[in-house]
Amino acid sequence: MATTQLLKDLPVSKRLAKNIKRNFIERVIEIILMLSALTAVFITVGIVYILVTEASGFFSDVSVFEFLTSRQWSPLFEDAHYGILPLISGTLTTSFIALGIAVPIGTVAAIYLSEFASHKARETVKPVLELLVGVPTVVFGYFALLFVTPILQKMIPSLPTFNMLGAGIVMGIMIIPYIASVAEDAMRAVPMQMREGSYAMGATKFQTAIRVVTPAATSGIIAAYILGISRAVGETMVVAIAAGQQPTFTFNPLEGAATITAYIVQVAMGDLPHGSIGYQSIFAAGMVLFVLTFLFNIIGHLARKRFAERY
Amino acid sequence: MAKNTVNPDESLIKPKTLEEVRAMIKSHKRNDFIFSCIGLLTIVFALLTLLILFVDLVMDGYPKLNYQFFTEFPSRKAAHAGILSAWVGSSLIMLVTFITAVPMGVATGVYLEEYAPKNWFTDIIEINVTNLAGVPSIIYGLLALGLFVYTFHLGQTIVTAGLTLGLLMLPIVIVSTREAIRSIPVAIREAAYAVGATKWQVMLHHVIQYSFGGILTGIIIGMARALGETAPIITVGALTFIAFLPPAPLMMEPPFISFEWLQSGFTVLPIQMFSWLSRPEHAFHINAAATGAVIIMLTLLMNGTAIWLRYRIRKNIKW
Amino acid sequence: MAQNKLNIKAEAKNLNFFYADGTKALKDVSLPVYENKITALIGPSGCGKSTFLRCFNRMHDLYPGNRYEGQILLHPDNTNVLAKGVDPIEVRMRISMVFQKPNPFPKSIYENVAYGLRVRGERSKSAVDDKVEEALKGASLWNEVKDRLQDLAFNLSGGQQQRLCIARALATDPEIMLFDEPTSALDPIATVNIEELMSGLKSKLSILVVTHNMQQAARISDYTAYMYLGEMIEFDATDKIFTNPSKKETEDYITGKFG
Repeated sequence: MATTQLLKDLPVSKRLAKNIKRNFIERVIEIILMLSALTAVFITVGIVYILVTEASGFFSDVSVFEFLTSRQWSPLFEDAHYGILPLISGTLTTSFIALGIAVPIGTVAAIYLSEFASHKARETVKPVLELLVGVPTVVFGYFALLFVTPILQKMIPSLPTFNMLGAGIVMGIMIIPYIASVAEDAMRAVPMQMREGSYAMGATKFQTAIRVVTPAATSGIIAAYILGISRAVGETMVVAIAAGQQPTFTFNPLEGAATITAYIVQVAMGDLPHGSIGYQSIFAAGMVLFVLTFLFNIIGHLARKRFAERY
Repeated sequence: MAKNTVNPDESLIKPKTLEEVRAMIKSHKRNDFIFSCIGLLTIVFALLTLLILFVDLVMDGYPKLNYQFFTEFPSRKAAHAGILSAWVGSSLIMLVTFITAVPMGVATGVYLEEYAPKNWFTDIIEINVTNLAGVPSIIYGLLALGLFVYTFHLGQTIVTAGLTLGLLMLPIVIVSTREAIRSIPVAIREAAYAVGATKWQVMLHHVIQYSFGGILTGIIIGMARALGETAPIITVGALTFIAFLPPAPLMMEPPFISFEWLQSGFTVLPIQMFSWLSRPEHAFHINAAATGAVIIMLTLLMNGTAIWLRYRIRKNIKW
Repeated sequence: MAQNKLNIKAEAKNLNFFYADGTKALKDVSLPVYENKITALIGPSGCGKSTFLRCFNRMHDLYPGNRYEGQILLHPDNTNVLAKGVDPIEVRMRISMVFQKPNPFPKSIYENVAYGLRVRGERSKSAVDDKVEEALKGASLWNEVKDRLQDLAFNLSGGQQQRLCIARALATDPEIMLFDEPTSALDPIATVNIEELMSGLKSKLSILVVTHNMQQAARISDYTAYMYLGEMIEFDATDKIFTNPSKKETEDYITGKFG
């Protein structure tokens, strides 16, 4: 204590100086932190800016009407057509197959884990689900192309190597852990008193799960579905590897067709000159994808928030 | 009773005998049992499917998983091809990603949770973070292509790829930082303030330290995701056939450290897998499977560590 | 009070209860529940009164590892509700419960009251309608909600929600109703409403109520049991307990020397 000078022993002017210095540093730190936080805004602005500027180059050559109505997409051909519909049909078909698998299985799994499984089983399965959510999607592309499609071809001999069915099924399997995990979180968040209220009336587990817990968790479960849709629509590698690269306006899962994401990958793999219409076309396609997923994310977020507010 | 029904026996519920009640409970319980079976089967089915897929992948790639595979460059001959350039590229890119995303993500998390005033401005930042977490990764690739490659002229290089994945990882770090900070009780903060600490001192000495485990969890999960990402790296312009290594970051002679590697072309593990997968020859598919096995093991290991860490934190800390 | 006309509706005999972690929460507890009477359980918090109450409808079965020893006999059929062979669901169909915090389901007012009937597989709309109206009247809530039966139950005030939960428990004609500190989350006016309601209900069924509030026990109950540290210290007519308790511990607690 002998060497350090106590604050109260300092003259007032020095004490003030110390305060000013300290407050200045605090202020600087706060500003640095705020600038970091602003990065998130800059990224969004950057995404919108890049998509809009590059796509506007595209739309100076292509009418919005043709973009939205033409059923052909062949920007790289001599006889170029710029209709986004084939890419959308591919995206929707694969997404529908994926959700057709992931929604029912994910929901049943979530109800089982949340309401029926023993504590120990839940504590084991839940981390495994979270682990599976993190598996890179390129690996699932491998499964679609070299495992599921060959099996499907044994059942449907006419199935081409690149097809939307195999890609959609694998994408569905890929999304199951995600939907199950988010939906289970929503159901777990339903307060225990509500379950007790139901059990006290003589309800069984199934009655409690279906009549009380699921309705109470509806918005959280819907959020899980919507975030699942967003994932399916934005998924790239599985479809780029296994669904084919030919833009075809079709909803037939037995055919191959390119999705929005697969098209972007296909163009990016080649070496298109910066500023060419082909280069710009991937930004136009990207903009459609961004708008689609943005809408789903906002709806999903609102549903989740509404759910969180209630409990 | 209170209602003037003509025939009360008709509208009122007849009391059930104990036998009837028991029969009813029995039938209700049958539903319980049926659903239990369906639920269990569903989960077993889903997990088993995924297990079969992984086992199949590892079995396919097993013959290639030897020392040489990790020390050879890609080659036109499948038998000689290895993933040397891919894993070196992945490692260097992850380094850039880590350096960009972690400080920014933690700073943002601390700001939003501890400093940000409750107003529309903060709301906008929050909505942005939430939204960014759901933007498809390929959109980040387009952003990087337009911004880093062609506006900032960083080229199709390791630094571009690292920054791209850094942006992708940012929301994950932010969200986990916020969650970790939120779990620290106000009382701890008040105790620190009460002895005269400034806000930043409270952050540095207490809040960030106590939430370190949670933040680390988010960082590991984010890095695992960055490691496995393919689409944005393709968009940025990764090469699929690379038979050289980036310049070494450490040198024998002064100035000892070089940053030339940042400007090098690159490939990464998932892209190497994708490029082999796109080849028609079966021999390359085996290489793809081996690469896939490496990727899966790395990401499972990282995510497993993160989940285990989170589990331990939840168990140990009882505020 | 004509002692000789009293019927015992249920009685706990030498009940021990263990939580999953091995804690012995009830020690050799015995208690009669008289028909058409209100029995109050009082005692300092943590004394096991809620644990005891939740044995009657086997709520503890919801959490694995909990264990009962002893008997709770339900008359007139002498069923031991704790017996292994007795289905807890069957018990809960006969003994209903009102919780500490109002816990309506995220459904309409109507569906909340009808829930017990739906669970019992009742399909006739007119029968359910009648029963819902009767139960809401029984819980003196009918006049306040009769024009908005399809509104979400969350829109009701706390006191109304608690009366709704009473209506829900009432709709299935239970033999015994358990109340777990039913007014602890409510304001004084809502509390008075619930207390009046309970006094009115005892003509139809038997009531066992846990309360943290001694005045409440004195106001509404016919019998009072004082519990401490998982043991039944004293059980007697409420007048007797509050004016002339036979045990020193009870007197200390009643007079506020402790607790």
